[in-house]
Amino acid sequence: MRIVCPFCGERELGEFTYLGDAKPMRPEAGASEDEVFDYVYLRDNAAGQTSEHWYHGGGCRAWLKVTRNTLTHEISAVEPAAGVGARQVAK
Amino acid sequence: MTSSQSHRLTSGGLIDRSVPLNFRFDGKAFSGFQGDTLASALIANGVKLVGRSFKYHRPRGILTAGSEEPNALVELRTGARREPNTKATTAELYDGLEAASQNRWPSLRHDVMSVNQLFAPIFVAGFYYKTFMWPAKFWEAIYEPAIRRAAGLGRASGIADPDHYDKAWAHCDVLIAGSGPAGLAAALAAGRAGARVILCEEDFVPGGRLLSDGGTIDGVPAAEWLSRTLAELADMPDVRIMTRTALFGVYDGGTYGAIERVNDHLPSPPQHQVRQRLWRIVAKRCVVAAGAIERPIVFAGNDTPGVMMASAMRTYVARYAATPAKRLALFTNNEDGWRTVETALGAGLQIAAVIDARSEVSPAHRSLASKGGFPVLHGSVRGVDGGKDGVRKIAVSLTGGARAEVEADGLAVSGGWNPAVGLTSYHRGRPKWQNDISAFVPDGAPPGMVAAGAANGDFGLGACLSQGFAAGAAAARDTGHSGTVGIAPAADDEAFSLTPLWHVAGKGKAFVDYQHDVTASDIELAQREGFESVEHLKRYTTLGMATDQGKTSNVAGLAIMAAVSGRSIPETGTTIYRPPYVPVAIGAFAGHHRDETFHATRLTPSHHWAAEQGAIFVDTGLWKRAQWYPRAGEKDWLESVTREVKAVRGGVGFCDVSTLGKIDVHGPDAGAFLDRVYINTFSSLAVGKARYGLMLREDGIVYDDGTTSRLAEDHYFLTTTTAKAGLVMQHLEFCRQVLFPELDVQLTSVSDQWAQFSIAGPKTRDLLREIVDPAEDLSNEGFPFMGAREVALRGGLRARLFRISFSGEMAFEISVPARFGDAMARNLMLAGAPFGVTPYGTEALGVMRVEKGHIAGPELSGTTTAADLGLGKMMSTKKDYIGRVMAGREALVAPDRQVVVGIKPTDKARRLRSGAHIIPKGQTPGPGNDQGYVTSVCFSPTSDQWIGLALVERGRERIGEIVHGHDPLRGEDYDVELCNPVFYDPDGGRQRG
Ligand SMILES: [Zn+2]
Repeated sequence: MRIVCPFCGERELGEFTYLGDAKPMRPEAGASEDEVFDYVYLRDNAAGQTSEHWYHGGGCRAWLKVTRNTLTHEISAVEPAAGVGARQVAK
Repeated sequence: MTSSQSHRLTSGGLIDRSVPLNFRFDGKAFSGFQGDTLASALIANGVKLVGRSFKYHRPRGILTAGSEEPNALVELRTGARREPNTKATTAELYDGLEAASQNRWPSLRHDVMSVNQLFAPIFVAGFYYKTFMWPAKFWEAIYEPAIRRAAGLGRASGIADPDHYDKAWAHCDVLIAGSGPAGLAAALAAGRAGARVILCEEDFVPGGRLLSDGGTIDGVPAAEWLSRTLAELADMPDVRIMTRTALFGVYDGGTYGAIERVNDHLPSPPQHQVRQRLWRIVAKRCVVAAGAIERPIVFAGNDTPGVMMASAMRTYVARYAATPAKRLALFTNNEDGWRTVETALGAGLQIAAVIDARSEVSPAHRSLASKGGFPVLHGSVRGVDGGKDGVRKIAVSLTGGARAEVEADGLAVSGGWNPAVGLTSYHRGRPKWQNDISAFVPDGAPPGMVAAGAANGDFGLGACLSQGFAAGAAAARDTGHSGTVGIAPAADDEAFSLTPLWHVAGKGKAFVDYQHDVTASDIELAQREGFESVEHLKRYTTLGMATDQGKTSNVAGLAIMAAVSGRSIPETGTTIYRPPYVPVAIGAFAGHHRDETFHATRLTPSHHWAAEQGAIFVDTGLWKRAQWYPRAGEKDWLESVTREVKAVRGGVGFCDVSTLGKIDVHGPDAGAFLDRVYINTFSSLAVGKARYGLMLREDGIVYDDGTTSRLAEDHYFLTTTTAKAGLVMQHLEFCRQVLFPELDVQLTSVSDQWAQFSIAGPKTRDLLREIVDPAEDLSNEGFPFMGAREVALRGGLRARLFRISFSGEMAFEISVPARFGDAMARNLMLAGAPFGVTPYGTEALGVMRVEKGHIAGPELSGTTTAADLGLGKMMSTKKDYIGRVMAGREALVAPDRQVVVGIKPTDKARRLRSGAHIIPKGQTPGPGNDQGYVTSVCFSPTSDQWIGLALVERGRERIGEIVHGHDPLRGEDYDVELCNPVFYDPDGGRQRG
């Protein structure tokens, strides 16, 4: 498997670390226990397109949002993950 | 000394008669020639019996001439290099080769276990499940060992492999699997277009079937075209032909696995060379020109030595000038099988008869028969009379019901050809059925891959050349190479005309899977018992599960299943194809990751100095850390460690703590950032101060701890535990980039940049004054407890100095650039000599932290909360931070949680060990009253007894209570008293003094 890092170019799987589903967004301060519980534990188990967090630890140390198809393993997009994990990015 | 090569033709073949090679098989001396395989050399010496079968110990001969071989498996080499289950058909002959047959005792010709044939009824499909069911405990004790002894094939050497294996990467535009006509044509086109090409060929000579079948290409003999083509390819700098290299797997993103048998053709690899190399090849396009595999027809006695695939028979005659039979018969259901007759006649061999299952035979072949003086029998082979010495007679059922007998010493069989669909099917591809060749062909392929020629179901030489050429040209074009490719090589297509025939009913065992001894009746039995799905069939009968992966057996097996279950073959379907295409040694996957190079080794900056001191090192992750420094006369580690602890507590000592993770945090929002990742507050930390911090995971459990100092308004220096150094960096980057991108903060890992030493003990200041520039104020007022700042050393070097203490003593940690770490250790020894400075290792460090009640790895176990560790008060209520909400969950704040508490044995002489369970006193230990466990222990020189830390239910409310330590693993039971975890200087006066 190979991932095209937007900063480093195409690199081999061994340079990256998988974290998990990139869909859940961290609730704002003051969120209820239920909301945070969902964020921490509840995941879709999608057969098809998913977005995932990958870390380019063997390269530029960027966290990436990788759009991948769990049925074909095809990677259709790789973007910097800046801010995608926050429900609301503070100013 | 050697036998005569009685079955070698006097001329012809691709062997070098000027290079004779001596070898031994089962101890007997033989000779062959350069260019032989072990199989061809055995054939040239008239050897027909090469092994015993897996279950029934039936005599077996050589069936094929390639990597699909199910029978001729041998132990190659001796001693530590002995390699079991090696195919004689792919093992290149070398001078001095030694091989032994397998699965026989005491000898190949007189095998005691062949009595298994008499018990054949119990070895039917599913026999493991049926026969050895009861009593259950007999399975492990009796049945399984007995079966393994009886049914095992080769023996592993049992000695460490003395050879090296390598792993390498390669990149190309166009990867080609196979160097037959299709593969070479693809390489020509892609190479001429300018693409970077890698062509992998598992054989040691390129050419594929051209080497055995010849033909005419572009008006010249195939051999001439082959050498011309190889010369042209050799002149192309971007075309690389890798022989002895089998492409075995396809992975995501155009990554392919290949195994190169670099030095398997030599007795042992030359010095500094590897035996095998595992390639990971990244290719934009891949042309699979892996050819096809001829398939057997299933009939009684089809495993008799001397029964051989027709294409293999002519390979041995044409390529190796070795004659498997003097008088042979052919059993075929297609036109291609007849080529063996042509080759045999050309070599002067006798043809006993051709048994053709089809109703029509071409006029050309009819006249060949009359010219050669042999009969063409329309019908099929129903039995073979023969044994370990080979075929004697062949029983034939003629169309119409009559019977005939043919006397022959060899039987060539052709049931048609199966395209090698493995590579195209490894991504769950299901091949489709093609009626005209009665075979499965690729139905699509992984992205970027295409099959050409015989691998695509087009067997004709002309089709192979034109398809391969077109595929190579297209692949080059797709990868941006548009050079002129010229015209495709041209040749005629041979007739194939096949009438499917899978199984001839008859008396006696008819084998489908030779290597696993699966017969036609096993498949019928599986169907009767309901194992009709091909995946069930495979697992119930073990069809196709041997090392050959069913290359010669799978399609025949499911054709028989289709027939008995009344379905068509495509309805019956295929099992899922999985790599590897050929067996790959685990050693090749490991490569150099074994023994001392299993993983990288990290050395602390003072490692070499510590080694000079005779330090004992301990592995902590990748690190080697000094564990203690033994001195002459000390009888054990405990004596050394106790001395080190006393020296620190009574004077001064130092310890390399560079393995801690170190991260520089810069930026105007650095403080705000740290507030969000630690449970306590750092934005309020004064410049020049350090503070202990605790991080949680988002689920509320403690993640890591460490000391963080503020060196400037916008600069913090954060430390992590040794174990979590990399993970904390990754976690903080996640927080910074993904969760809090609005914060202006940067993280820099500086773990490797700073050598850090802990200097501890009441004389620490005295020692430091010898090291630090006298202008620096180290007094308690000038550098108070938890102070942190940059200082100048004598000589001008800048260092970071932190007044922090893990030992509970007056202590500093000093950081210098890593390249000065070695010098710093030596300087500390020199400058500290007047004060009796003592280097101490991780053991003494651990003893002092337990004495001081500090938590470490055993308590940061991934199950404990801040409150469990006695650090609940650090959790700020004024800010949001990672893990805050989840840490408040009911179960994580329950009053009966197991919390850290001190323990000491009531018997002062008793040794403690980690892992013992804590049980209420007077109760019988059991899961119902298990209240926790001992996490850390040490012999405390300060308390003069063993002490420990434990996680105990409501532990902090039970100080003073006597509980029971229960250690069933070591068979120990004793009483301990729960106590304050801070055994040493509980009010902290020493570290602040
Ligand atoms: Zn990158």
